[in-house]
Amino acid sequence: MSAWNSRTEKVDSPTELAEIAARCRAAFARQKSRFVVCAGPACLAMDALGVLEEFRELIARRGLHLDVELLFEGAETQAAVVGSGCHGFCEKGPLVRVEPQGVLYTKVKVADVVEILEAALDHGKIVERLLYHNPDGSTCLTEREVPFYSGQQKIALKRCGLIDPEDIREYIAHGGYLALAKVLRELTPAQVIDTIQRSGLRGRGGAGFPTGDKWAACREVRGEPKYVICNGDEGDPGAFMDRSILEADPHSVIEGMIIAGYAMGAKQGILYVRAEYPLAVARVHKALQQARHWQLLGENIMGCGFNFDLEVFQGAGAFVCGEETALIASLEGKRGWPRPKPPYPSQEGLWGKPTCINNVKTLATVAEIITHGADWFRDIGTSNSPGTAVFALAGQIKNSGLIEVPMGITLREIVYAIGGGVPNNKAFKAIQTGGPSGGCLPEALLDLEVDFGSLRKAGAMMGSGGMIVLDETTCMVDIARYFLEFTVHESCGQCNPCRNGIYQMLHILNAITAGKGQPADLALLEEMGQMIVAGSICGLGKTAPNPVLTALRYFRPEYEAHIHEQACPALKCKELIAYWINPEKCVACGLCRKACPVGAISGERKVAHVINQSICTKCGICLETCPGKFSAISKVTGRQRTELLARELRGFPHNLATDGL
Amino acid sequence: MGTIRFFIDGREITVTEGETILEAASKNGIYIPHVCHHPDLKPAGMCRVCVVEADGLLVPACRAPAAAGMVVKTGGNLVNKMQRLAVELLATNHHDDCLACGKNNACKLQEVAQYVGVDKQRLTRFQAQELRPVDDSNPFISRDYNKCILCGICVRACNEITCIEAIDYAFRGYAAKISTLSDKPLQDSKCTSCGECMVRCPVGALLPKGGVQAAYEVKTVCPYCGCGCGVYLSVREGKIVGVRGDRESKVNEGELCVKGRFGYSFVNHAERLTAPLIKRNGRFEEASWDEALDLVANKFREIQAEYGPESLGGLSSARVTNEDNYLFQKLLRSLGSNSIDHCARL
Ligand SMILES: Cc1cc2nc3c(=O)[nH]c(=O)nc-3n(C[C@H](O)[C@H](O)[C@H](O)COP(=O)(O)O)c2cc1C
Ligand code: SF4
Ligand code: SF4
Ligand code: SF4
Ligand code: SF4
Ligand code: SF4
Ligand code: FES
Ligand code: FES
Repeated sequence: MSAWNSRTEKVDSPTELAEIAARCRAAFARQKSRFVVCAGPACLAMDALGVLEEFRELIARRGLHLDVELLFEGAETQAAVVGSGCHGFCEKGPLVRVEPQGVLYTKVKVADVVEILEAALDHGKIVERLLYHNPDGSTCLTEREVPFYSGQQKIALKRCGLIDPEDIREYIAHGGYLALAKVLRELTPAQVIDTIQRSGLRGRGGAGFPTGDKWAACREVRGEPKYVICNGDEGDPGAFMDRSILEADPHSVIEGMIIAGYAMGAKQGILYVRAEYPLAVARVHKALQQARHWQLLGENIMGCGFNFDLEVFQGAGAFVCGEETALIASLEGKRGWPRPKPPYPSQEGLWGKPTCINNVKTLATVAEIITHGADWFRDIGTSNSPGTAVFALAGQIKNSGLIEVPMGITLREIVYAIGGGVPNNKAFKAIQTGGPSGGCLPEALLDLEVDFGSLRKAGAMMGSGGMIVLDETTCMVDIARYFLEFTVHESCGQCNPCRNGIYQMLHILNAITAGKGQPADLALLEEMGQMIVAGSICGLGKTAPNPVLTALRYFRPEYEAHIHEQACPALKCKELIAYWINPEKCVACGLCRKACPVGAISGERKVAHVINQSICTKCGICLETCPGKFSAISKVTGRQRTELLARELRGFPHNLATDGL
Repeated sequence: MGTIRFFIDGREITVTEGETILEAASKNGIYIPHVCHHPDLKPAGMCRVCVVEADGLLVPACRAPAAAGMVVKTGGNLVNKMQRLAVELLATNHHDDCLACGKNNACKLQEVAQYVGVDKQRLTRFQAQELRPVDDSNPFISRDYNKCILCGICVRACNEITCIEAIDYAFRGYAAKISTLSDKPLQDSKCTSCGECMVRCPVGALLPKGGVQAAYEVKTVCPYCGCGCGVYLSVREGKIVGVRGDRESKVNEGELCVKGRFGYSFVNHAERLTAPLIKRNGRFEEASWDEALDLVANKFREIQAEYGPESLGGLSSARVTNEDNYLFQKLLRSLGSNSIDHCARL
């Protein structure tokens, strides 16, 4: 670190922080070319690290002055290379952004780095082929132009992918800790709470409880000490919003926690992070160390006499430990079991003391609200859910990744404008929001304006922000079963409706997908679902039936087809389909016969081929093998399946087995 | 604490503030089916059999406090559906073998099923099929996992009453079971075999080994130590076949230790002395009590005459009641001696 740096490691007053921020910004400005390589989880999996190393190496080979961290003094740096957190557009990773122009390169490979460097440093040019290409072939130069980004509005993810998460100065250069400075200098705790209350911020951890009210409750309860806990357990499969923030912008969460502590009179915070997120844990540790070093955390923060410190706790990996009371139990070294509320954590939390638990995204939003004001936040989103929502967009969608959108955006905009629609010319079927215990919404609800209230009314929920797009090949019984399998596995086993109820529901779904459903099953599923929702102790049981209940609400005919016609309309449930060769189309080329791994297909030259259903394992290889111009093989289900196979049996005496019927 | 008034099914009820709906109901003779609740233990609210509608919301009566003016309904469509599902769900995982079960007719599951009215057909497709091994390691208690409905009463009894904490829940979700540390057999855990869990188990999952029904009961005091726990002996064919704690006894309020509860077989032991023995010609011979007491009294007199009253001393036992020990020292003092001691000091 430079001399200037060591002299001013400690921020002695809020005013001093403003000066430092100005110097940080100046240092930024001195970086002539800045290459920001995404080192988020998805990009790393595509060798982003190799790309990052290549940048460093090539720049070093050129003998250029390379910035590995933001320097406050010295000559202009010719090139800076930064590994950032996730940029969101994981589908197109590894991503590289060249600042200050903001040129966005997609799917960058190690071999591309030379070209990018030369274009940027030598010619002032752009590498066209690495730009994002729209479906019509036109290209986008910067993030702003890419439809995936242009429909978004970032608050919690504002700095993710923009800064080097391991350098506090980059955070400060982008306005970091200025909200805390404002709080310490200008606002009383009551005013902070008032601001958060007026902003209408609701918890982003799932339930959407008004954050300001939670803080106020925690402030009012008597009891010392008080605790602020950040819930970074994020156990939903496929969710990585909280992880991204902790990895890409850890200080924003820390700043939010300090402000929360100030507001409710807590001196101790705990950041609960999943142990499966080692990078997030490391980044947070590093950030804490730097913040303490700069006197932004710990004793006498910014010389204002306020003390607050933070500890990191690594969760042991049970989904249910994300539930706040289970989380507290696990912090106390007990079994991670939820307990009935009330008493709420604000009344009786960690070690029986008043405790405020907020989600990572909630806390990452706090500083922005303080900086820009409650009204600014209220103007974004809808009246019942101001602000933005972060979703992990996944499933059968062209642009998967992490997005932040204003509340009130329609599902259609998310799926089509941002997500780019469903790939492979398949039709959209449903969108599952809210993680494994959210709901599946049909096409007819695509114009639903997304917020806490509307999703709940539709039977789904905001949850922690999972959003999975399903195309026409998805069977709605099968998918509900899939989600239920998860919740059955993750139930803590404490209360009867959840432990036994969702297990029994899963069994009924298993029976339905196997063609063994009974006419009374749908009513039974509905009744059980409603009762489990009403009767379970915690949110896991209270929401676990959602996927089934919404599927029954919006896709009932599909369930009925399984039960009454032994048909899987999506041709997914193995026990209800058969692969069938249309004798009128088959030209007896023999390709499928050779391809079938179990030798189920028989036929000779010039004789239409036939699948022996008792041998066929329904692997689908033959279907893929049969040349498109013949398209002789198809999946059949229901009555069609019964009739075709019966006819086949009559016509082909060698195909005697009837097991498959 | 003040009293509050609220309504159960239209009846006005007055209770002390803080009491749960279930407590209030049972004090007023209103039955609300429940399984995982036991009056000796903290409410857990796990089985959800006791749900009632309180001001329009479904709440577990065992846990929800009564509130002033609250309107509680113990029936109605919603409550009935929930109670029925809760009982049916418990039943699907309960190996019902009622006629051969030691808990038959005293089983909570039978009781609530009868009250709620279950439809066995609804969930029979999903009845737990495979039988799990019974833990028979403990000499006194057998634990049948096939009958356990995971109400957690045994765990709470062991934690709250005995403070031994020998058992707890293990595993998650449907795989959850009651287990000792490291899932060892009960005998290899720190369980003291007191049986406090067993007597509270609402079903036949925890039963005394070899237990049989009594023909009649005899109220007495446990002879094992000076605590003086009140007990009822179960007697059948003139033999003790079981012991239960006397809940009315101020000393133990129904609780017992392993000796008091299970250590009764010595009573019928073949080598137990049932008549006094007098040594004659170097051999012990059976005698009548009058004979024996006369002999002792005469010897006392002789010794006192020759050596004075202080020459007598008495040794009492830790295995008799306080009252017996009291009478014993009274006896010796009346004989003029203060030399009284106790076997525990030997
Ligand atoms: C089964 C279950 C899992 C949960 N997992 C998480 C989680 O991973 N992260 C989280 O922030 N909240 C989770 N929650 C919600 C928390 O209980 C709690 O409501 C939340 O952390 C409060 O923060 P907020 O007010 O900022 O939303 C979970 C809830 C349930 C019922
Ligand atoms: S609802 Fe499920 S996860 Fe929650 S306490 Fe009950 S059993 Fe445990
Ligand atoms: S589905 Fe698989 S196993 Fe069946 S016939 Fe085709 S290739 Fe063979
Ligand atoms: S690959 Fe198609 S056309 Fe060729 S034999 Fe098989 S079914 Fe007939
Ligand atoms: S017998 Fe006593 S010590 Fe053993 S588990 Fe039961 S209550 Fe605990
Ligand atoms: S053994 Fe008995 S008391 Fe213990 S959980 Fe099972 S049913 Fe309840
Ligand atoms: S990990 Fe690189 S864009 Fe998400
Ligand atoms: S008795 Fe109330 S929930 Fe079990």
